[in-house]
Amino acid sequence: MAIRVSRAGSSPRPQTGGWELAIWYLMRLTGLGLFVTALAHFIIVHFISDPAVQTADWIAKNRWADAAWRTVDWLMLAFVVFHAFMGLRIVVQDYTKGSARMALTMALYIGAFVIFAMGTMALITFKAAGPVQP
Amino acid sequence: MLFRYRGSEGMLAWAFHRISGVAIWAFILLHVLDIWLANVNATLYNDLLGLYGSPVGRVGESLLGAALLYHALNGLRIIIMDFWPSMTRYHKQLWYANWVAFVVIGVPILIQIMAPAFGLTAPFTFGGA
Repeated sequence: MAIRVSRAGSSPRPQTGGWELAIWYLMRLTGLGLFVTALAHFIIVHFISDPAVQTADWIAKNRWADAAWRTVDWLMLAFVVFHAFMGLRIVVQDYTKGSARMALTMALYIGAFVIFAMGTMALITFKAAGPVQP
Repeated sequence: MLFRYRGSEGMLAWAFHRISGVAIWAFILLHVLDIWLANVNATLYNDLLGLYGSPVGRVGESLLGAALLYHALNGLRIIIMDFWPSMTRYHKQLWYANWVAFVVIGVPILIQIMAPAFGLTAPFTFGGA
């Protein structure tokens, strides 16, 4: 139940090593990755362009016209799924214990897998909405 | 409670980081679902887009941008303190620097996003987009 947080408001580096230490480093690494990819994404989609014009066709013809942009966005997806779900895992572990903690943590892992799979599927298979089929 | 318990900058920085983080997590779920939907049913997605472009949608966009920008800047502050522990002495100053950057970067983006909701043209224009 203890909220492991310093006076300045950050989580101390785990002293146990192993997975928890690896996750601690990866949270910071994916955070830096998202600082670049997610902020750039927000600037492109909300500042340079406007969501009001971003139809499915616009995505196919502009954002995802070439594989390089899809690769960048897939990288962002990988960063965000890890960072967001592992971040929520910290929240869950701060406020729950016992079987509730176990169940919620498992639900997060399954949720992360589903969201990553759906995002990857969209990135790989996205195509322009063609002429209406008869 | 948010302002009384401990109550200093460090605690508020942490609370805002957690609240914005959970909010962004919730949006990520929605966002991956909507992009997945755009490929499966483009018509339904384009209808949903009308909601995103509406005045209410623009307020939501602005709130999302604010959460994202705060979380990103405070995340840098956390990384700085984690890897250069001597900087922890200046954690309050770093937090104030975050707010300066937040306003300087955030206000132009806010104006750009909200202008169409007031019937104005967005002030910054870019060729092609």
